Amino acid sequence: MSFMKTIAAGTMATLLATASYADCGIESGSIRILSNDFGALHAMVEKARECETDSVTIEHNATTEHRDLQVAALTANPAEYTSAVVANSSIVPLMNEGLIRPLDDLVAKYGQDLQPQQLITIDGQVMAIAFMANAQHLYYRSDVLEQVGLDVPTTYEEVVAAAQAIRDAGIMENPFAMNTMTGWNLGEEFVNMYLGHGGQFFEPGTAQVSINNEQGVAALNMLKQLVDLSDPDFLTFDSNATAAEWESGNLALATMWGSRGGPILDDEGSTEEIVSSTVLTGAPTVGGGDTPASTLWWDGFTISANISDEDAEATFAALVHGLSPEMVAENNDLAVWLLDGFEPGPAAAGVAATAQSGARPYPMLPFMGLLHTALGNELSDFLQGNESAEQALSDVEAAYTAAAREQGFL
Amino acid sequence: MSAATQRRPKGLVIVSTGFVILWLILAAFPFVWTMWGSFKVEADFFSKADWTYALTGVRTTVETGAPFTGNGYYGAWVTNEFWRAVMNTMIIVVSVVVISLTLGTLGGYALARSGYRYAFWILMAALVFRAMPHITLVSGYLLPFFQWNLWGHLPTTIIVLVAINQPFTLWMLHSFFLNIPKDMDESAMVDGCTRFQAFRYVIIPVMWPGVITTGLFSFLLAYNDFAVTSMLLSRENQTMVPKIASFLGSTFDAGNVMYAVAAVVSAMLPLFVLVLFFQRQIVSGLTAGAVKG
Amino acid sequence: MPHRTFFWFMFPSLLAMILFIALPIGSVMTQSLFVKHDQVTIVTENCGPFGCQEEVVVDVEATRALQEADPLGRFNGFGTYTDRNHLAFAEVSEAWNTTESWSEFGSFLMNLPFYRALAFTLSYTAIVTPFVIVLGLAIALGVNSLPRIVKGPTIFISLLPMIVTPLIGGLVLFWMVDADGILGAALQNIFDDPRLSVKASAPLTWLMLFIYGIWHSAPFAFVVFYAGLQTVPSETLEAAQIDGANRWQRIRYVTIPYMMPLVVFVILIQLMDNFRVFEPIVAFSAQANASSLSTFIYDDLRGDTALFGSAAATSMMTIVGVCILLSPVLLRTWRDFNRKRA
Repeated sequence: MSFMKTIAAGTMATLLATASYADCGIESGSIRILSNDFGALHAMVEKARECETDSVTIEHNATTEHRDLQVAALTANPAEYTSAVVANSSIVPLMNEGLIRPLDDLVAKYGQDLQPQQLITIDGQVMAIAFMANAQHLYYRSDVLEQVGLDVPTTYEEVVAAAQAIRDAGIMENPFAMNTMTGWNLGEEFVNMYLGHGGQFFEPGTAQVSINNEQGVAALNMLKQLVDLSDPDFLTFDSNATAAEWESGNLALATMWGSRGGPILDDEGSTEEIVSSTVLTGAPTVGGGDTPASTLWWDGFTISANISDEDAEATFAALVHGLSPEMVAENNDLAVWLLDGFEPGPAAAGVAATAQSGARPYPMLPFMGLLHTALGNELSDFLQGNESAEQALSDVEAAYTAAAREQGFL
Repeated sequence: MSAATQRRPKGLVIVSTGFVILWLILAAFPFVWTMWGSFKVEADFFSKADWTYALTGVRTTVETGAPFTGNGYYGAWVTNEFWRAVMNTMIIVVSVVVISLTLGTLGGYALARSGYRYAFWILMAALVFRAMPHITLVSGYLLPFFQWNLWGHLPTTIIVLVAINQPFTLWMLHSFFLNIPKDMDESAMVDGCTRFQAFRYVIIPVMWPGVITTGLFSFLLAYNDFAVTSMLLSRENQTMVPKIASFLGSTFDAGNVMYAVAAVVSAMLPLFVLVLFFQRQIVSGLTAGAVKG
Repeated sequence: MPHRTFFWFMFPSLLAMILFIALPIGSVMTQSLFVKHDQVTIVTENCGPFGCQEEVVVDVEATRALQEADPLGRFNGFGTYTDRNHLAFAEVSEAWNTTESWSEFGSFLMNLPFYRALAFTLSYTAIVTPFVIVLGLAIALGVNSLPRIVKGPTIFISLLPMIVTPLIGGLVLFWMVDADGILGAALQNIFDDPRLSVKASAPLTWLMLFIYGIWHSAPFAFVVFYAGLQTVPSETLEAAQIDGANRWQRIRYVTIPYMMPLVVFVILIQLMDNFRVFEPIVAFSAQANASSLSTFIYDDLRGDTALFGSAAATSMMTIVGVCILLSPVLLRTWRDFNRKRA
């Protein structure tokens, strides 16, 4: 699990091969990409645009609604997009419907420069090419921890103790925050905490949910202890809100996405004092477990099944060109790249540490999305103190079971 | 009316004016606050540390050297080409208003004047149609639109918006036409006009207050729509609201809220002109129409 | 009006509505009666940047074969409508038999997502609609009596709550009511409670959403009523005045009856829009304390796995709910209509 090292130490030799204008080895084809809308993806597609010629066209639709468009867009024949850029959760609906094609032949032809760990292999076939990573992990303020005389927490029990100490010392009223907004964010926090406790979401090999158990209750209780040290508005905290809280100096400890490291560590939106003492580190473990209570995420590209071979080849070659080391060198700090030539900076330290200490990837199960939705909607009652942990978990199981029946998994 | 206004007791004038002023403050305050904040940096706009920062601009001074900054406007209009979205919105809005008013006045007039039961049932059906949540409709459109290559284009979205808004337009214009006395067009028909001529020469001149008001709502619907435009338009055809939403960022990516705020504020200016125009039309429609009870 | 003329006047509107609303409603209704085929799953080894593990995947070929045999899916009747995530017949009847008191039964119901959403939706509709009508009428009367020169700007400012894109209007207010924001801090000062948080408490969240709803929709009622006021014949008003009617009587017995079609219209539209309340809940991130039928549908459709059947069922129930809600107003329209025929 030392992918960061292999990448950082990866040879820079390809850098020397910079051609002033690219030869991507494609003759013709129409390249149409659907993706989320953020800087790293734009950087990649801009690089891929070097492959454009009179007979090779690139269209890029970057939208935050991409998850809701992708299934319909790729179901059409011919598909509206030749490539959908996905993460480990959003590739699942495409796989469920068989809308993306295996890439083995294209990897053999164009993928010499790809790292082996970039290949997302399912049942022996390459289905996607990953290029960047993300995870939630701990952010802390070294100056505040110094003030209360505590070491950097490595378990959530220590996080609770440290936050309590900061509150007791009167430094901050609510020193901790995590992304606990009702819905997807809250579901994600439970997934992290439950995996940290060593839990299994489903009975092996089936879609039968089993979270109403010791680990589930322990995970919920830990979340409850943490939100008690958060601002009372915690059920409205999404990634934007926690980052704003951090930048305004209201927090000393927080679990946030690694991708927020760059903007938090830049010179905008915060004071010098806060930025200089902000440190990103790996996600803590919990309940005596040895894997961090966090899930690892990758972003990668896929190729549609319902398109011509010519377009598929052109798309693959252009996107691989978009991931070239020059692109990484120019945009090193935009993301935690899984690519040749990436040099992890301070903003990438948290994700790297989390991955190195063996955190698990977010499960790519066909029915995980249903459970995630159920978790996000049913857990806020417990965190507000309106019902017991067991009741909350059995509500989740009931909601999931009804949804999974409707989708034909049970 | 003017004679009646002059004879109003003083107490009532004070109460009524006071009430309007209170309402104006409530209506305008969030917007004035937003406009003021659009010249600040994000830390001051949201002022999580202390709300008075929003007034004094402490962080804005630290980050930009002055208590006011145009960075939000520059970022939205220059860096992110917000004007493109404005153009698209204008095309969509104008087309939607024109088309739905044309179809709607014809239909609304017919519904108001028809005495048959089916007119009532059409109105009922229109209500049922309007009850359908838009997000469900839009997810239903996606697959056929992709399959027939209709997805992403402005005309598709215009037609969808017109159709979705048609029940509202029909109902509203129908209510206004009910207010116009039946004798007017019927006497014109007695004088030898056809139904369409009666509509053209008698009804159209007096219908403007209702049509302009309905037009205003069609305008606002198309202008503010997020559910339809965010799902049915490709990036180059994106309209303002989805564009503004994309400035807000997502779970993985920090957005730039100040771009969104600046975009919202600057998108309001044309509306000011529009509403002033609209107000004059209502009054002139009244005098031109010379409605008789 | 002859059928033929009527048809040509109506044709374009009808065509648009049938194509883009009636047909989709038909297909949504069909969809709500079906569920997906059993998905054939297999266990495989999946590898990625973070190592390999055994995971379940859908066997696409086998599932597709099932799908092609019967493209609509498995017929489920009203099964989706009555399952635990919707009307929950089984759970409710069990709770009916086992719970001892009404409050216990009530709290059981509120634990079911559909009933929770329904409770908020109905309260929102019942509270916001009358306030919007009354406030809108009051503003229209007030603005109408202003001197002509200030009317334009007044109308513009009055429209602001409606013009400002709900997405941003909600966001601005959301930050204002934050414990550190200007309104939140003011409330804490007024009530002298430094722990007071509007967003954390369910009653305050509801109140905030109601106030936002009234604030946002009052301009709509105002504009319709204002336009209506312009067409009230001044002769009738003057005649009433000569007959000795005071100001209030003139409003009550001349203006309001004259504007009744518009009032009915605003009630209809407001009931319907409030029943579909959606944007404020999302803009205020209030899902923890308030959910509505529309947010319920949104949750089903968004996310990694879209639950079309479930969303279709909830949509159909929304339509039925709107019809029930509107039935008194519609009965009235029916009587008016028949009177017009006579």
